[in-house]
Amino acid sequence: MMKFIDEFRDPVLATELVRRIRATAKQPWVLMEVCGGQTHSLLRHGIDVELQDAVELIHGPGCPVCVTDISAIDLAQQLASLPGVMLASFGDMLRVPGSQGSLLTARAAGANVMMVYSPVDAVRHAQSHPELQVVFFAVGFETTAPATALAVLQAHQLGLENFSVLVSHVRVQPAMEVLMQAPDNRVQGFLAAGHVCSITGYDLYDDFAQRYRVPVVVTGFEPVDLLQGILECVTQLETGTAEVRNTYGRSVARFGNPAAQRVVETVYEIDDRAWRGFGVIPAGGYRLRENFATFDVQRRFGLTRSTETNDSATAQRCRAGEVLSGRLKPCDCPEFGTACTPDSPLGAPMVSSEGACAAWFRYHRGSKL
Amino acid sequence: MCLGVPGKVVEWIDRDPVFGRALVEFGGIRRECHMACVPDAEVGNYVIVHAGIAITRVNEQDAERTLQDLAAIAEGLSARDEFNSAGTV
Repeated sequence: MMKFIDEFRDPVLATELVRRIRATAKQPWVLMEVCGGQTHSLLRHGIDVELQDAVELIHGPGCPVCVTDISAIDLAQQLASLPGVMLASFGDMLRVPGSQGSLLTARAAGANVMMVYSPVDAVRHAQSHPELQVVFFAVGFETTAPATALAVLQAHQLGLENFSVLVSHVRVQPAMEVLMQAPDNRVQGFLAAGHVCSITGYDLYDDFAQRYRVPVVVTGFEPVDLLQGILECVTQLETGTAEVRNTYGRSVARFGNPAAQRVVETVYEIDDRAWRGFGVIPAGGYRLRENFATFDVQRRFGLTRSTETNDSATAQRCRAGEVLSGRLKPCDCPEFGTACTPDSPLGAPMVSSEGACAAWFRYHRGSKL
Repeated sequence: MCLGVPGKVVEWIDRDPVFGRALVEFGGIRRECHMACVPDAEVGNYVIVHAGIAITRVNEQDAERTLQDLAAIAEGLSARDEFNSAGTV
Protein backbone atom coordinates (compact mmCIF):
# COMPACT_ATOMS: atom_id res chain seq x y z
CA MET A 1 0.00 0.00 0.00
CA MET A 2 1.44 3.35 -1.03
CA LYS A 3 -0.43 6.21 0.58
CA PHE A 4 -1.17 9.13 -1.79
CA ILE A 5 -0.64 6.84 -4.79
CA ASP A 6 -3.06 3.91 -4.56
CA GLU A 7 -6.12 6.08 -3.82
CA PHE A 8 -5.42 7.98 -7.04
CA ARG A 9 -5.48 4.78 -9.12
CA ASP A 10 -9.07 3.85 -8.23
CA PRO A 11 -10.58 2.32 -11.39
CA VAL A 12 -14.17 3.26 -10.45
CA LEU A 13 -13.26 6.93 -10.10
CA ALA A 14 -11.17 6.81 -13.25
CA THR A 15 -14.07 5.33 -15.24
CA GLU A 16 -16.43 8.03 -13.97
CA LEU A 17 -13.94 10.79 -14.82
CA VAL A 18 -13.56 9.37 -18.35
CA ARG A 19 -17.37 9.45 -18.70
CA ARG A 20 -17.47 13.07 -17.52
CA ILE A 21 -14.71 14.13 -19.89
CA ARG A 22 -16.51 12.46 -22.82
CA ALA A 23 -19.79 14.11 -21.80
CA THR A 24 -18.12 17.54 -21.52
CA ALA A 25 -16.06 17.54 -24.72
CA LYS A 26 -18.27 18.61 -27.61
CA GLN A 27 -15.30 18.65 -29.97
CA PRO A 28 -11.93 16.91 -29.94
CA TRP A 29 -9.66 19.24 -27.98
CA VAL A 30 -5.89 19.09 -28.33
CA LEU A 31 -4.08 19.03 -25.00
CA MET A 32 -0.38 18.76 -24.29
CA GLU A 33 0.91 16.97 -21.23
CA VAL A 34 4.19 18.72 -20.62
CA CYS A 35 6.04 16.11 -18.56
CA GLY A 36 7.36 12.80 -19.86
CA GLY A 37 6.35 11.12 -16.60
CA GLN A 38 2.76 12.09 -17.40
CA THR A 39 3.16 10.73 -20.95
CA HIS A 40 4.23 7.34 -19.64
CA SER A 41 1.40 7.21 -17.11
CA LEU A 42 -1.22 8.20 -19.73
CA LEU A 43 -0.07 5.48 -22.11
CA ARG A 44 0.56 2.87 -19.44
CA HIS A 45 -2.99 3.20 -18.14
CA GLY A 46 -4.50 3.46 -21.62
CA ILE A 47 -6.00 6.89 -20.93
CA ASP A 48 -5.15 8.14 -24.43
CA VAL A 49 -7.09 5.19 -25.89
CA GLU A 50 -10.05 5.67 -23.50
CA LEU A 51 -10.36 9.30 -24.56
CA GLN A 52 -9.81 8.73 -28.27
CA ASP A 53 -11.94 11.12 -30.42
CA ALA A 54 -12.80 13.26 -27.36
CA VAL A 55 -9.34 14.53 -26.45
CA GLU A 56 -6.12 14.34 -28.39
CA LEU A 57 -3.09 14.21 -26.13
CA ILE A 58 0.14 15.38 -27.65
CA HIS A 59 3.34 14.71 -25.80
CA GLY A 60 5.39 17.62 -24.61
CA PRO A 61 9.11 18.25 -24.31
CA GLY A 62 9.32 17.23 -20.64
CA CYS A 63 11.96 14.57 -21.04
CA PRO A 64 15.16 16.25 -19.86
CA VAL A 65 17.60 13.80 -21.36
CA CYS A 66 15.74 14.00 -24.70
CA VAL A 67 16.15 17.77 -24.96
CA THR A 68 19.79 17.72 -23.83
CA ASP A 69 21.88 19.04 -26.67
CA ILE A 70 24.24 16.56 -28.31
CA SER A 71 27.16 18.95 -27.61
CA ALA A 72 26.68 18.43 -23.85
CA ILE A 73 26.71 14.64 -24.24
CA ASP A 74 29.83 14.89 -26.39
CA LEU A 75 31.54 17.06 -23.78
CA ALA A 76 30.59 14.51 -21.08
CA GLN A 77 32.14 11.76 -23.22
CA GLN A 78 35.29 13.80 -23.66
CA LEU A 79 35.51 14.28 -19.87
CA ALA A 80 34.87 10.60 -19.13
CA SER A 81 37.83 9.63 -21.29
CA LEU A 82 40.27 11.89 -19.38
CA PRO A 83 42.58 10.00 -17.01
CA GLY A 84 41.58 10.28 -13.35
CA VAL A 85 38.07 11.53 -14.11
CA MET A 86 34.88 9.75 -12.99
CA LEU A 87 31.78 10.96 -14.78
CA ALA A 88 28.53 10.43 -12.86
CA SER A 89 24.94 10.95 -13.93
CA PHE A 90 21.42 9.52 -13.87
CA GLY A 91 20.90 6.19 -15.64
CA ASP A 92 18.80 7.65 -18.45
CA MET A 93 21.47 10.20 -19.31
CA LEU A 94 24.09 7.49 -19.68
CA ARG A 95 22.00 5.58 -22.22
CA VAL A 96 21.31 8.48 -24.59
CA PRO A 97 23.37 8.47 -27.78
CA GLY A 98 25.64 11.44 -28.50
CA SER A 99 27.47 11.84 -31.78
CA GLN A 100 29.90 9.06 -30.73
CA GLY A 101 27.54 6.63 -29.02
CA SER A 102 26.32 6.79 -25.43
CA LEU A 103 28.21 7.21 -22.17
CA LEU A 104 27.49 3.56 -21.40
CA THR A 105 29.16 2.49 -24.63
CA ALA A 106 32.07 4.75 -23.66
CA ARG A 107 32.20 2.91 -20.32
CA ALA A 108 32.34 -0.42 -22.13
CA ALA A 109 35.34 1.00 -24.02
CA GLY A 110 37.12 1.84 -20.75
CA ALA A 111 35.86 5.32 -19.78
CA ASN A 112 35.08 5.98 -16.11
CA VAL A 113 31.32 6.38 -15.96
CA MET A 114 29.13 5.88 -12.90
CA MET A 115 25.35 5.72 -12.59
CA VAL A 116 23.94 7.45 -9.52
CA TYR A 117 20.44 7.74 -8.08
CA SER A 118 21.16 11.12 -6.51
CA PRO A 119 23.65 13.93 -7.21
CA VAL A 120 24.59 13.93 -3.52
CA ASP A 121 25.86 10.36 -4.00
CA ALA A 122 28.39 11.78 -6.47
CA VAL A 123 29.56 14.24 -3.78
CA ARG A 124 30.05 11.35 -1.35
CA HIS A 125 32.01 9.47 -3.99
CA ALA A 126 34.29 12.50 -4.45
CA GLN A 127 34.75 12.71 -0.69
CA SER A 128 35.80 9.08 -0.39
CA HIS A 129 37.95 9.09 -3.56
CA PRO A 130 40.27 12.11 -3.32
CA GLU A 131 42.41 10.59 -6.08
CA LEU A 132 39.54 11.02 -8.58
CA GLN A 133 38.04 14.13 -10.18
CA VAL A 134 34.30 13.42 -9.95
CA VAL A 135 32.16 15.22 -12.53
CA PHE A 136 28.39 15.21 -12.19
CA PHE A 137 26.47 15.67 -15.46
CA ALA A 138 23.55 17.74 -14.15
CA VAL A 139 20.44 17.43 -16.29
CA GLY A 140 16.79 17.83 -15.48
CA PHE A 141 13.98 20.34 -15.13
CA GLU A 142 13.17 22.59 -12.17
CA THR A 143 12.23 19.42 -10.25
CA THR A 144 15.82 18.18 -10.32
CA ALA A 145 17.65 21.50 -10.00
CA PRO A 146 17.32 21.59 -6.15
CA ALA A 147 19.05 18.18 -5.91
CA THR A 148 22.01 19.19 -8.09
CA ALA A 149 22.22 22.64 -6.46
CA LEU A 150 22.27 20.96 -3.04
CA ALA A 151 25.14 18.72 -4.23
CA VAL A 152 27.11 21.84 -5.18
CA LEU A 153 26.31 23.49 -1.82
CA GLN A 154 27.49 20.39 0.03
CA ALA A 155 30.71 20.18 -2.02
CA HIS A 156 31.27 23.89 -1.34
CA GLN A 157 30.85 23.47 2.42
CA LEU A 158 33.12 20.41 2.41
CA GLY A 159 35.71 22.39 0.44
CA LEU A 160 35.94 19.61 -2.16
CA GLU A 161 38.38 20.37 -4.96
CA ASN A 162 37.71 17.13 -6.82
CA PHE A 163 34.00 17.64 -7.54
CA SER A 164 32.56 19.63 -10.44
CA VAL A 165 29.37 19.81 -12.47
CA LEU A 166 28.49 19.93 -16.15
CA VAL A 167 25.29 21.96 -15.89
CA SER A 168 22.72 21.27 -18.59
CA HIS A 169 19.54 22.12 -16.67
CA VAL A 170 16.45 23.24 -18.53
CA ARG A 171 13.43 25.35 -17.54
CA VAL A 172 10.05 24.30 -18.80
CA GLN A 173 8.00 27.49 -19.02
CA PRO A 174 10.20 29.21 -21.65
CA ALA A 175 9.80 26.08 -23.83
CA MET A 176 6.01 26.38 -23.52
CA GLU A 177 6.35 29.95 -24.85
CA VAL A 178 8.27 28.65 -27.87
CA LEU A 179 5.59 26.02 -28.52
CA MET A 180 2.78 28.60 -28.41
CA GLN A 181 4.66 30.95 -30.76
CA ALA A 182 5.19 28.26 -33.43
CA PRO A 183 3.07 28.99 -36.52
CA ASP A 184 1.92 25.35 -36.69
CA ASN A 185 1.06 25.12 -32.98
CA ARG A 186 -1.98 22.90 -32.29
CA VAL A 187 -1.95 22.97 -28.48
CA GLN A 188 -5.22 24.31 -27.01
CA GLY A 189 -4.60 23.52 -23.35
CA PHE A 190 -1.72 22.47 -21.13
CA LEU A 191 -1.43 19.89 -18.37
CA ALA A 192 1.44 21.59 -16.53
CA ALA A 193 4.15 19.38 -15.03
CA GLY A 194 3.17 18.59 -11.43
CA HIS A 195 6.55 18.19 -9.77
CA VAL A 196 8.10 21.15 -11.61
CA CYS A 197 5.31 23.22 -10.03
CA SER A 198 6.02 21.65 -6.60
CA ILE A 199 9.22 23.69 -6.74
CA THR A 200 8.25 26.77 -8.76
CA GLY A 201 4.57 27.13 -7.91
CA TYR A 202 2.14 28.16 -10.63
CA ASP A 203 1.59 31.91 -10.27
CA LEU A 204 4.15 32.34 -13.06
CA TYR A 205 1.63 30.84 -15.51
CA ASP A 206 -1.05 33.50 -14.94
CA ASP A 207 0.42 35.91 -17.46
CA PHE A 208 1.17 33.06 -19.91
CA ALA A 209 -2.42 31.75 -19.81
CA GLN A 210 -3.80 35.26 -20.41
CA ARG A 211 -1.43 36.19 -23.23
CA TYR A 212 -2.08 33.02 -25.24
CA ARG A 213 -5.68 32.50 -24.07
CA VAL A 214 -4.75 28.95 -23.12
CA PRO A 215 -5.82 27.01 -20.01
CA VAL A 216 -2.95 25.74 -17.87
CA VAL A 217 -3.87 23.02 -15.38
CA VAL A 218 -1.28 21.81 -12.88
CA THR A 219 -1.62 18.04 -13.03
CA GLY A 220 -0.25 15.03 -11.16
CA PHE A 221 0.84 11.63 -12.39
CA GLU A 222 -1.63 8.97 -11.30
CA PRO A 223 -4.63 8.08 -13.52
CA VAL A 224 -7.16 9.94 -11.35
CA ASP A 225 -4.83 12.98 -11.20
CA LEU A 226 -4.39 13.01 -14.98
CA LEU A 227 -8.12 12.62 -15.63
CA GLN A 228 -8.94 15.43 -13.18
CA GLY A 229 -6.47 17.69 -15.00
CA ILE A 230 -7.93 16.76 -18.40
CA LEU A 231 -11.52 17.31 -17.17
CA GLU A 232 -10.61 20.76 -15.82
CA CYS A 233 -8.87 21.69 -19.07
CA VAL A 234 -11.74 20.46 -21.27
CA THR A 235 -14.31 22.22 -19.06
CA GLN A 236 -12.42 25.51 -19.46
CA LEU A 237 -12.13 25.08 -23.23
CA GLU A 238 -15.86 24.32 -23.56
CA THR A 239 -16.76 27.41 -21.54
CA GLY A 240 -14.24 29.67 -23.30
CA THR A 241 -12.09 30.32 -20.23
CA ALA A 242 -8.30 30.25 -20.10
CA GLU A 243 -7.13 30.19 -16.51
CA VAL A 244 -4.50 28.60 -14.35
CA ARG A 245 -5.88 25.87 -12.09
CA ASN A 246 -4.23 23.42 -9.73
CA THR A 247 -5.59 19.86 -9.62
CA TYR A 248 -2.49 18.54 -7.83
CA GLY A 249 -2.88 20.41 -4.55
CA ARG A 250 -1.42 17.66 -2.40
CA SER A 251 2.03 18.32 -3.91
CA VAL A 252 1.80 21.85 -5.30
CA ALA A 253 1.26 25.17 -3.54
CA ARG A 254 0.58 28.41 -5.41
CA PHE A 255 4.06 29.80 -4.73
CA GLY A 256 5.84 26.43 -4.76
CA ASN A 257 8.47 25.49 -2.20
CA PRO A 258 10.41 28.59 -1.08
CA ALA A 259 13.12 26.51 0.67
CA ALA A 260 13.84 24.62 -2.56
CA GLN A 261 13.79 27.88 -4.56
CA ARG A 262 16.39 29.35 -2.17
CA VAL A 263 18.70 26.36 -2.71
CA VAL A 264 18.41 26.74 -6.50
CA GLU A 265 18.80 30.53 -6.48
CA THR A 266 21.86 30.37 -4.25
CA VAL A 267 23.72 28.17 -6.74
CA TYR A 268 22.21 28.86 -10.17
CA GLU A 269 21.15 31.80 -12.30
CA ILE A 270 18.89 31.75 -15.34
CA ASP A 271 20.64 31.41 -18.68
CA ASP A 272 19.84 30.83 -22.35
CA ARG A 273 20.08 27.17 -23.28
CA ALA A 274 20.29 25.13 -26.51
CA TRP A 275 17.52 22.53 -26.50
CA ARG A 276 17.59 19.59 -28.81
CA GLY A 277 14.88 20.09 -31.42
CA PHE A 278 14.14 23.67 -30.32
CA GLY A 279 17.42 25.56 -30.77
CA VAL A 280 18.49 28.14 -28.21
CA ILE A 281 15.64 29.04 -25.85
CA PRO A 282 16.02 32.41 -24.10
CA ALA A 283 16.04 31.86 -20.32
CA GLY A 284 15.63 28.14 -21.09
CA GLY A 285 18.16 26.88 -18.55
CA TYR A 286 20.39 27.49 -15.54
CA ARG A 287 24.11 28.10 -15.13
CA LEU A 288 26.28 28.25 -12.02
CA ARG A 289 26.57 31.62 -10.31
CA GLU A 290 30.00 33.24 -10.19
CA ASN A 291 30.34 32.34 -6.46
CA PHE A 292 30.27 28.66 -7.43
CA ALA A 293 32.25 28.94 -10.67
CA THR A 294 35.07 26.80 -9.25
CA PHE A 295 32.65 23.86 -9.60
CA ASP A 296 32.08 24.57 -13.30
CA VAL A 297 33.50 21.69 -15.27
CA GLN A 298 34.44 23.91 -18.19
CA ARG A 299 36.61 26.07 -15.95
CA ARG A 300 38.05 23.14 -14.04
CA PHE A 301 39.20 21.37 -17.20
CA GLY A 302 39.51 24.33 -19.57
CA LEU A 303 37.06 22.76 -22.01
CA THR A 304 34.35 24.41 -24.05
CA ARG A 305 31.11 23.07 -25.39
CA SER A 306 30.99 22.86 -29.14
CA THR A 307 28.47 25.31 -30.56
CA GLU A 308 28.20 23.39 -33.82
CA THR A 309 25.69 20.61 -34.09
CA ASN A 310 27.67 17.61 -35.05
CA ASP A 311 24.98 14.97 -35.39
CA SER A 312 26.11 11.58 -36.54
CA ALA A 313 24.34 9.85 -39.43
CA THR A 314 22.40 7.87 -36.79
CA ALA A 315 21.27 10.96 -34.92
CA GLN A 316 20.23 12.65 -38.16
CA ARG A 317 17.70 9.89 -38.82
CA CYS A 318 16.08 10.59 -35.45
CA ARG A 319 13.24 13.11 -35.68
CA ALA A 320 13.36 13.86 -31.96
CA GLY A 321 12.81 17.59 -32.49
CA GLU A 322 9.43 17.04 -34.13
CA VAL A 323 8.41 14.46 -31.52
CA LEU A 324 9.47 16.69 -28.62
CA SER A 325 7.49 19.65 -29.91
CA GLY A 326 4.41 17.49 -30.49
CA ARG A 327 4.47 17.82 -34.29
CA LEU A 328 5.17 14.14 -34.97
CA LYS A 329 3.60 11.15 -33.25
CA PRO A 330 6.15 8.46 -32.48
CA CYS A 331 4.22 5.92 -34.57
CA ASP A 332 4.38 8.22 -37.61
CA CYS A 333 8.18 8.25 -37.66
CA PRO A 334 9.38 5.92 -40.44
CA GLU A 335 12.07 4.47 -38.18
CA PHE A 336 9.72 3.75 -35.22
CA GLY A 337 9.80 0.12 -34.13
CA THR A 338 11.93 -0.93 -37.09
CA ALA A 339 15.34 0.76 -37.26
CA CYS A 340 14.67 2.42 -33.88
CA THR A 341 13.80 0.36 -30.80
CA PRO A 342 14.74 0.68 -27.11
CA ASP A 343 17.48 -1.94 -27.65
CA SER A 344 18.99 -0.05 -30.56
CA PRO A 345 17.73 3.55 -30.38
CA LEU A 346 18.43 6.22 -32.96
CA GLY A 347 17.72 8.96 -30.47
CA ALA A 348 16.93 9.92 -26.91
CA PRO A 349 13.10 9.72 -26.93
CA MET A 350 13.36 5.96 -27.57
CA VAL A 351 15.85 5.53 -24.72
CA SER A 352 14.60 7.47 -21.78
CA SER A 353 12.06 6.17 -19.29
CA GLU A 354 10.28 9.47 -20.00
CA GLY A 355 10.69 9.55 -23.76
CA ALA A 356 7.50 9.55 -25.83
CA CYS A 357 8.85 7.00 -28.33
CA ALA A 358 9.83 4.59 -25.55
CA ALA A 359 6.34 4.95 -24.05
CA TRP A 360 4.70 4.24 -27.43
CA PHE A 361 6.95 1.27 -28.04
CA ARG A 362 6.25 -0.16 -24.64
CA TYR A 363 2.50 0.36 -24.47
CA HIS A 364 1.21 0.69 -28.04
CA ARG A 365 3.85 -1.05 -30.13
CA GLY A 366 2.91 -0.60 -33.76
CA SER A 367 -0.67 0.52 -33.23
CA LYS A 368 -1.78 3.81 -34.73
CA LEU A 369 -3.92 6.26 -32.83
CA MET B 1 13.09 11.88 -14.39
CA CYS B 2 10.58 14.11 -12.62
CA LEU B 3 9.29 11.01 -10.86
CA GLY B 4 8.56 11.84 -7.25
CA VAL B 5 7.50 9.28 -4.68
CA PRO B 6 5.53 10.12 -1.52
CA GLY B 7 7.00 8.73 1.68
CA LYS B 8 6.51 9.19 5.43
CA VAL B 9 9.22 10.81 7.56
CA VAL B 10 9.97 8.30 10.32
CA GLU B 11 13.12 9.72 11.91
CA TRP B 12 15.34 12.76 11.56
CA ILE B 13 19.06 11.85 11.40
CA ASP B 14 20.56 15.33 11.09
CA ARG B 15 18.82 18.75 11.01
CA ASP B 16 21.73 20.66 9.44
CA PRO B 17 20.41 23.20 6.87
CA VAL B 18 22.62 21.77 4.08
CA PHE B 19 23.39 18.20 5.17
CA GLY B 20 20.04 17.48 6.88
CA ARG B 21 18.82 13.91 6.43
CA ALA B 22 15.91 11.78 7.60
CA LEU B 23 14.70 8.22 7.27
CA VAL B 24 11.67 8.15 4.97
CA GLU B 25 9.42 5.12 4.54
CA PHE B 26 7.94 4.12 1.18
CA GLY B 27 5.40 1.30 1.43
CA GLY B 28 7.44 -0.41 4.17
CA ILE B 29 10.90 0.32 2.73
CA ARG B 30 13.06 2.90 4.55
CA ARG B 31 15.56 5.13 2.81
CA GLU B 32 17.78 7.98 3.92
CA CYS B 33 16.76 11.20 2.17
CA HIS B 34 18.19 14.70 2.12
CA MET B 35 15.88 17.23 3.76
CA ALA B 36 17.37 20.68 2.99
CA CYS B 37 14.28 21.66 0.97
CA VAL B 38 11.77 20.58 3.65
CA PRO B 39 13.38 21.86 6.88
CA ASP B 40 9.98 22.09 8.62
CA ALA B 41 8.84 18.51 7.93
CA GLU B 42 8.18 16.59 11.12
CA VAL B 43 8.09 12.88 11.91
CA GLY B 44 4.77 11.55 10.59
CA ASN B 45 4.56 14.08 7.73
CA TYR B 46 4.68 12.88 4.13
CA VAL B 47 7.20 14.29 1.65
CA ILE B 48 7.72 13.82 -2.10
CA VAL B 49 11.19 12.44 -2.80
CA HIS B 50 12.99 12.93 -6.10
CA ALA B 51 16.64 12.02 -6.86
CA GLY B 52 17.35 11.35 -3.21
CA ILE B 53 16.04 14.62 -1.82
CA ALA B 54 12.65 15.57 -0.42
CA ILE B 55 11.37 18.31 -2.76
CA THR B 56 8.15 19.23 -0.97
CA ARG B 57 5.82 18.28 1.85
CA VAL B 58 2.56 16.55 0.98
CA ASN B 59 -0.44 18.70 1.83
CA GLU B 60 -2.45 16.00 3.56
CA GLN B 61 -5.55 18.15 4.11
CA ASP B 62 -5.69 18.87 0.40
CA ALA B 63 -5.30 15.17 -0.45
CA GLU B 64 -8.15 14.29 1.93
CA ARG B 65 -10.35 17.04 0.52
CA THR B 66 -9.73 15.81 -3.03
CA LEU B 67 -10.48 12.24 -2.01
CA GLN B 68 -13.71 13.36 -0.31
CA ASP B 69 -14.76 15.22 -3.46
CA LEU B 70 -13.97 12.14 -5.49
CA ALA B 71 -15.81 9.90 -3.02
CA ALA B 72 -18.86 12.10 -3.60
CA ILE B 73 -18.53 11.37 -7.32
CA ALA B 74 -18.30 7.64 -6.56
CA GLU B 75 -21.39 7.84 -4.32
CA GLY B 76 -23.28 9.62 -7.03
CA LEU B 77 -22.16 6.81 -9.26
CA SER B 78 -23.50 4.03 -7.01
CA ALA B 79 -26.75 5.97 -6.49
CA ARG B 80 -27.08 6.16 -10.26
CA ASP B 81 -26.36 2.44 -10.58
CA GLU B 82 -29.06 1.69 -8.00
CA PHE B 83 -31.44 3.94 -9.87
CA ASN B 84 -30.54 2.21 -13.14
CA SER B 85 -30.93 -1.27 -11.74
CA ALA B 86 -34.21 -0.26 -10.03
CA GLY B 87 -35.38 0.98 -13.41
CA THR B 88 -34.71 -2.35 -15.02
CA VAL B 89 -36.62 -4.39 -12.45
